[in-house]
Amino acid sequence: MISFINVLVNGLLLGGIYAITAMGLSLQYGVARILNIAHGEFIMVGAFLTFVLHTKLGINPLFGLAVAGPVLFVVGYLIQRILFKTLKDRTPTPAAFEGSSMLMAFGILFVVQSIAIFIWGTNVQGYSYLAYSVYLGDIRFSVNRLVILVISVLICLLFYLFLTRTRTGKAIRAASQDPDAAGLMGVNINRMLALCFAFGAMMAGFAGMLISMVFPIYTTMGMQYTIIAIIVVVLGGLGSIPGSMIGGFLLGIFSAIVSAKDPGLTMAAYYLLFLVLLLVKPSGIFGR
Amino acid sequence: MKQSKRIAKYILPVVIVLLVALMAVVPFFTDPYKVVFLRTILMFVILTLSWSLFSGTTGYTSLATAAFYGAGLYTTAYLGEKLPLPLMVVCGGITAFALALLMGAITLRLKGIYFAIFTLSSVELIKQVLHWYEINIVGVRGHYVTRVNDVTVYYVLLVITVLLVLTIYLIKRSRYGLALNSIGSCEEAAAHIGINVVGLKILAYAISSFFIGMAGAIMATGMLYIDSYVAFDLNYSFFPTLMAIFGGLGNILGPLVGAAVFTYLREILITKYSYHYMLIFGTVMVLTILYLPSGLIGLAQNIWKKLTTPAPTKGLKTEGGKHADTSC
Amino acid sequence: MQILHVEGLTKYFGGLAAVSGVDFTVEEGEILGLIGPNGAGKTTLFNLISGTLVPNAGKVLFKGEKISGLKPYVICRKGLVRTFQSCKIFPEMSVFQNVLLGALFGAPENIAWKQAADVAEEAIAFVGLSAFHDLPAGSLTLVNQKRVEVARALATEPELLMLDEMMAGLNPTEVGEAMELVKRIRDRGITIIMIEHVMKAIMNICGRIIVLDHGKKIAEGTPEEISTSKTVIEIYLGE
Ligand SMILES: Nc1ncnc2c1ncn2[C@@H]1O[C@H](COP(=O)(O)OP(=O)(O)O)[C@@H](O)[C@H]1O
Ligand SMILES: [Mg+2]
Repeated sequence: MISFINVLVNGLLLGGIYAITAMGLSLQYGVARILNIAHGEFIMVGAFLTFVLHTKLGINPLFGLAVAGPVLFVVGYLIQRILFKTLKDRTPTPAAFEGSSMLMAFGILFVVQSIAIFIWGTNVQGYSYLAYSVYLGDIRFSVNRLVILVISVLICLLFYLFLTRTRTGKAIRAASQDPDAAGLMGVNINRMLALCFAFGAMMAGFAGMLISMVFPIYTTMGMQYTIIAIIVVVLGGLGSIPGSMIGGFLLGIFSAIVSAKDPGLTMAAYYLLFLVLLLVKPSGIFGR
Repeated sequence: MKQSKRIAKYILPVVIVLLVALMAVVPFFTDPYKVVFLRTILMFVILTLSWSLFSGTTGYTSLATAAFYGAGLYTTAYLGEKLPLPLMVVCGGITAFALALLMGAITLRLKGIYFAIFTLSSVELIKQVLHWYEINIVGVRGHYVTRVNDVTVYYVLLVITVLLVLTIYLIKRSRYGLALNSIGSCEEAAAHIGINVVGLKILAYAISSFFIGMAGAIMATGMLYIDSYVAFDLNYSFFPTLMAIFGGLGNILGPLVGAAVFTYLREILITKYSYHYMLIFGTVMVLTILYLPSGLIGLAQNIWKKLTTPAPTKGLKTEGGKHADTSC
Repeated sequence: MQILHVEGLTKYFGGLAAVSGVDFTVEEGEILGLIGPNGAGKTTLFNLISGTLVPNAGKVLFKGEKISGLKPYVICRKGLVRTFQSCKIFPEMSVFQNVLLGALFGAPENIAWKQAADVAEEAIAFVGLSAFHDLPAGSLTLVNQKRVEVARALATEPELLMLDEMMAGLNPTEVGEAMELVKRIRDRGITIIMIEHVMKAIMNICGRIIVLDHGKKIAEGTPEEISTSKTVIEIYLGE
């Protein structure tokens, strides 16, 4: 029983990271129709920015939120405006854009990763921050994971409030449901698309910062997180923001259960779950 | 225009025959390093052509090339010593063929981005399961492979390439080639005029994978050691896709040229600028997708058209007036 | 002789019954009109008959043989073919290739390329597109794209042809030509079911009309009967 609760708690903690990881991707796909294969690279950049600030300048990793997020927001905004916007204008059909934008994201992946390798090398890095455990009865919590959980839930909530309460947020939601109609209703679609991509990149930055607090980081870690994000997003329904939050926690728990049985099977189990889900219900558990 | 087309019809086979003849004698004249280099080019040519045989025509972006290639590699790893070389290569092809039949049967009803994601994840699933199986059940990770000399590998690849080009040529000329294109153009319409779209897609997928598997089986003999991470490397999925788009998807020549030029550039970049190789590579890729949507061949065709067509006749190709909002 | 028999055909989308319990019969050689307000379930009915969708209940008999549940390509090869409301052609391919595909794959048995080419040429000439033979189909005007679709369907040598809003978006002259075309197709011995909003066309060329509303068949009869039917008038005026 105790061990089961431990597993569950671990899963929830992991789930927070996954949820944040996936929300960015979901936003980018849901509104801008870009399956951003380079998402993991943005996460990696967020992680390394936090790492460098902490180890070189002694800045608290949590402060990374204020750096990694905004930096990646700007980068994301520019990338959408300069690259994807141009591509969209040149591509005849939305379906063709989905394909070519994914390939373009591959190109961006290579560029970002090679610049990162150029600056930070290929070694596995990490730092320890709040790396001790507290016990609540018999249940063990590692403090940094708890902090992460709290932060990720906070980010999810704030972002959800942003989407549901603010004008821009509402416009984004309108655009994700029906871009054409939203355009007719006077929403500036181009600005919206750029904003969504930027918010997606910012989320990646946050996720990177959180990941750097508990996991080893390295410049080639991106693809792994991209794939996890894709799994979560498909789990929750491509383009559904609440879906990816719930999907993140579900995958976190699922992963904790599998790794309690046999850690070597975690990744395989992810993919199996994912493939089965894709086949049974491609629109995701919560998809329309 | 008509005339240039007719000439092109004869030029292409002649050029290809000459090229093959040239490729066949090259090992007699060059140093071993060049043969290894050409071998890599041939390998990517096979992967790219096979990829475009299915994905280029039907529009289903398969990212499972690495799975079929890896299936070929592993077939050699397991059977290599027990079988004569040609049989082993064919076995690699058959393994990949069977895998593609299975994957096609369960996935080809997925559309667009979902198919791409599914195939991508299949590679990872196979990789992870194999890894787990080797470590936990077999107890040994990976396999050692008996080496075959580079020149033999080169010739086997050349034969596979020729067979592949022939196969593609025959398919393209047949009713099935036309039908594959119609699937890419508007699948729903194709299904309603008597084309067994599901069967055709699965079969085309399997045939294209057969060649990828054969390439894997023979390439394994140049690798010494194979484990699931080496064999099911996602780059084998990404590169052929990129190379095909880089070259242009319209005809056989595009993927062929794309793979050759791309591999050549890659090799040069790796040796000369090993640090910046990925940076340049990624940049080229972004620029290609942005500015060369129909690839190198498309670019060449455009230039050719500009040079040969007098300007005023340009507008005649289409019928003016009100256009339909068709759904395909 | 009845060529098509539909019985209790029903299709749900989520909770909504797009088609519910529809029965009707089509006689060989007739032109049957299918009308009803937008969203009535007309296209869905075509989808169920042509195999695009599988019905939740009911069955479709074509020449006495059950075809519901079969794949669209099988149904096409049996001699039942349809066109689409939003014209679906192969835009990058030439007009000839579009139609040739129908001839190559639509016949009950695979026919030789040469023979298929002849069938295709004939169908292209029949709809009056010979002049556009080699142009990419996507470059044609709307009315000609619709003709390509019809020619492609004819090339499959059907016994029953289902036309989904062939005349929508055409100008009056084009509508007149389309009506002529439909009659000439019937004269070839091909039975026709057509969905149409252009009342003039329906009333002129259909021998019988079925009215669909909210997925249910609410009326059936000759054009005269339908145009004077109270329920039908109410539905159309109530729109
Ligand atoms: N694939 C589908 N999924 C969900 N609902 C559908 C689908 N196709 C049609 N519908 C719904 O079924 C109803 C009937 O549509 P349709 O058959 O296209 O009407 P009509 O052709 O008579 O205008 C409509 O309410 C439509 O929204
Ligand atoms: Mg309709």
